Amino acid sequence: MNANPERLRSVGEVRPIKLRSLPCRAGVGLKPEHFREILITAPDIGFFEIHAENYMVDGGPFHHYLTRIRERYPLSIHGVGLSIGGEAALDEGHLDRLALLLDRYEPESFSEHLAWSSHGGAFLNDLLPAPYHAATLARVCAHIDRVQDRLKRRMLLENPATYVEFAASTMAEPDFIGEVVRRSGCGLLLDVNNVYVSCVNHHRDPHAYIRALPLDEVAQIHLAGFAQDEDADGAPLLIDSHGAPVAQAVWELYCYALDRVGPTPTLIERDNDIPAFPVLFAEAQQAERILCRLQPHKSREACA
Amino acid sequence: MNSQDAFAEALLAVESVCPPGLTTWNGSAPEKRFAVYRNNVIVSLIDALADSFPVTRELVGEAFFRAMARQFVRANPPRSPVLALYGDGFAEFIEAFPAAAGLAYLADVARLELLRVQAWHAADAAHLAPEKMTRLLGDAAALPEVVFSMHPSVRVLRSHHAVVSLWAAHQSEDAALALADVDPTQAETALVLRNGLDVEISAIAEAAAMFILDLQRGAAFGQAAAQALGADSGFDLAATLGLLIRGGALAGATFPRSTSS
Repeated sequence: MNANPERLRSVGEVRPIKLRSLPCRAGVGLKPEHFREILITAPDIGFFEIHAENYMVDGGPFHHYLTRIRERYPLSIHGVGLSIGGEAALDEGHLDRLALLLDRYEPESFSEHLAWSSHGGAFLNDLLPAPYHAATLARVCAHIDRVQDRLKRRMLLENPATYVEFAASTMAEPDFIGEVVRRSGCGLLLDVNNVYVSCVNHHRDPHAYIRALPLDEVAQIHLAGFAQDEDADGAPLLIDSHGAPVAQAVWELYCYALDRVGPTPTLIERDNDIPAFPVLFAEAQQAERILCRLQPHKSREACA
Repeated sequence: MNSQDAFAEALLAVESVCPPGLTTWNGSAPEKRFAVYRNNVIVSLIDALADSFPVTRELVGEAFFRAMARQFVRANPPRSPVLALYGDGFAEFIEAFPAAAGLAYLADVARLELLRVQAWHAADAAHLAPEKMTRLLGDAAALPEVVFSMHPSVRVLRSHHAVVSLWAAHQSEDAALALADVDPTQAETALVLRNGLDVEISAIAEAAAMFILDLQRGAAFGQAAAQALGADSGFDLAATLGLLIRGGALAGATFPRSTSS
């Protein structure tokens, strides 16, 4: 395992023991379609990431395969159901399930979203937006405090892809995220595709957006593909579909971000129209080639 | 009413409404943008049902299934973020769904598919070792007192329709051809269990279902067998035991009235 002392420093307060970090390589989202192939072919890949909720079942094939894959690879667990931006209190039962899953698999990284997904007891299965103002800030920070306290580890918060903005917002999104990171001590999962999607959708400069983020706290990067639509006036409306290869504009923005953040574990996300594993593997290799340009000394591990 | 009330309500509303307070950089009407969220929510939940109920879907066709699932999703959004197990109540919804009234067996096929998903994700358990099983079966004096524990995946479904045959026909290459041989009005009872990494579904006799459910409730072997034989003198104990053993359905065995186990 490739411990990275620089990244551990700020985490020490939350979890002083048993801390490891993801290697500065590329990983891919783990899909059941690829379980067997991964075990048989043992691809040289930096890490795998799972959606926590898919593995919150008692037993069966999902745990069977994840256990075996986890024995061989670093793991990132990515939650999609905590509803950190929700107006209601966090679901303690869900936090318990998360704690159980993290105890079982001891992932190198745990991340969640700046979004809400549950309301009035219903789970809406989407990452929904919240206005950026003082009340949301206080709520999100309180929720992250509770998550880090319950899970006894630092979490990473992912910047969202959004399609609308709120009249009630008083802060720009990267400033809001910066304040959350500063107050809660969480890290940042920089989703470069989300930056691109949101900046196109809201007519902002993605470079300026990235520069405004707390880049020292970026501990992981996500790359994914989007779908293209138009808004009611015919302006481009990009949809964070996770159903296509990473777009060229997002690769370019990734390079721009890496130049500022430094080598960072990078995930290729694909959740829809899932291709054969070699297709995802090739995208991971593309990310790894870009990572290698930034760290030529790491010739064996990441740049073989 | 807080801001997320209106947002959540509009996501699930039948008519396309937009919550207040949304803005767009170019002043375009926000409905089109909000519709992305509406679509994500509804379509992803329909997709979750489509994944869990593939035979139900094939029986009615994609368009019918999605229209029916859309109504179910709106009325019964998941109560948990663990979507693998979403679909409780879908069979009951189908039963009351007027457009599906012509397919009396459809709700039970959905019930069977939900049990299949539950069995797929049920807790793991060791199987009773074959040597131990052989020893137990050879001990005629002790065997009636043995209490078996069932694998957590084991489930039984009694139906007035040929649910197992309908389900099995849809596993074959040519479902239409296989379906031609199925009489859906034949009552069938299904045994669902996970054997290793695969869920197996088989048709069993009513007496076998009684026997298995009795064992699952913790009845001693002898008592469960006697009950089943009492209900049906043709109950095939050996075949039923064979089915359970081959399927890895017996997870353990204890002798409540003695110290050995």
